[in-house]
Amino acid sequence: MSRLGEWLAGGLLITDGAWGTELQARGLAPGAAPDTWNLTHPERVEAVARAYVEAGSQVILTNTFRANAVSMEGDLEAINRAGVEISKRAAAGKALVFASIGPTGKMLMAGEIGPEQAVAAFAAQAAALAAAGADALLVETMSDIEEARLAVAAAKSTGLPVIASFAFDSGKNKDRTMMGATPEAVAAAMVEAGADAVGANCGVGVEHAAPVCRRLHAACHLPIWIKPNAGLPIMEETPEGTAIRYDTSAESFASHYAALHEAGASFLGGCCGSTPDFIRALVSTRASAPCASS
Amino acid sequence: MSELEKLHEAVIEGDWKAAAAATEAAIAAGVAPLTIVTGCLVPAMDEVGRRFECEEYFVPEMLLSARAMKASMQIVRPLLVATGAQPIGRVVIGTVKGDLHDIGKNLVASMLEGGGFEVIDLGADVAPERFIEAAATKNANLVALSALLTVTMTSMKTTIDAFQTAGLREKVKIMVGGAPVTQQYADAIGADGYGESAGAAVALARRLVAA
Repeated sequence: MSRLGEWLAGGLLITDGAWGTELQARGLAPGAAPDTWNLTHPERVEAVARAYVEAGSQVILTNTFRANAVSMEGDLEAINRAGVEISKRAAAGKALVFASIGPTGKMLMAGEIGPEQAVAAFAAQAAALAAAGADALLVETMSDIEEARLAVAAAKSTGLPVIASFAFDSGKNKDRTMMGATPEAVAAAMVEAGADAVGANCGVGVEHAAPVCRRLHAACHLPIWIKPNAGLPIMEETPEGTAIRYDTSAESFASHYAALHEAGASFLGGCCGSTPDFIRALVSTRASAPCASS
Repeated sequence: MSELEKLHEAVIEGDWKAAAAATEAAIAAGVAPLTIVTGCLVPAMDEVGRRFECEEYFVPEMLLSARAMKASMQIVRPLLVATGAQPIGRVVIGTVKGDLHDIGKNLVASMLEGGGFEVIDLGADVAPERFIEAAATKNANLVALSALLTVTMTSMKTTIDAFQTAGLREKVKIMVGGAPVTQQYADAIGADGYGESAGAAVALARRLVAA
């Protein structure tokens, strides 16, 4: 049995929630790159990771979403290594650590970067994450199938299990990526690329996740990774400045558990705007579900 | 099919080689440069924007059309400048300070250019004083601010406030857009308009310069 298969033998695994907003709550300045905190404020990053482990996350990610050479500068090898080490310390054997690899933020088809540049950036990041002891690599928030193919290939070369997750946030039914890719096209391409699981994260809210999950599940045999946003941000002007909150509560987010489970999700957590409370709500919803172990 | 019809089709189909060839042919046939822009490129990009709004086109199709439009503009622009024709507006555009994302901003810049505007693109992570300097020196009548992240969109307010402080707020219209931005936020920070998409941004820019 594959490593992912072994991990999933006990049923759906609950992953973690957002990191960026949690780091901001701990003092990260708006607009600053969260990844640099792995070196400058490791204890605060670890506090976020630990909050998710304590909330019941069985899989936690790493604070390495942007740490590729196209997206940012700095000692990326050290940032990626520290990111895995921090999450592993927080997990302390109670949760798996899947290392996050985000998109480059540049468009291949517009010629903003060449494929060889993207490959080099992804390969260096994947190698650093694997060497630091990540359990698996998560290529996430992708919108371009071609870029995801390059990232998955780079990640696979480490020998670790690789999950490829896309942001479906466009189209009338919010079932396309920004580049227009459908769940079916994504599933087919990621099977071909050799991904061990495929999924959807970010997007425009948990209510749009089940239909996308169902279509991914129907289109391939891979386990499905689902990590939706807590709805859309709402801005509020306060005396202290502009405050941002999300329009979905932990309870209403968790109320989608049954629908997502039924739609075929194997991994379930939250993206932007979700907190450890969302994970606690998912864990308690699962515990009270009729088929808790399935 | 006339050369202008061919150009119109080439832009919609995103075929930059056909667009350049049709532009050359139209000019050789004596079509006025301004007619190529207002009579062909602008309506063609409007159609592209419409298809994007209707979810028939996605970002890749829009990029190809913008590339075809630019191939034509490259030929037409020097001729336009020679005739002294004025653009319908001058827009300074950029992604606000702290935000490095430029995909959406680049799309809007292309659509505005295709819509007949002169576009001064300042790139990403643009500080308020750079917006102000560019708007003042280029005599822009429109400033377009982009942000992808909830954590950086607050820089939009800082930028608008800086225009106020510099005494230039009445000289320009300021429009905002980007994934987390809403009409409600645009109103809250005192922007003149909010565009939900690149296509909507062009219609908004036209309304703002006409106002």
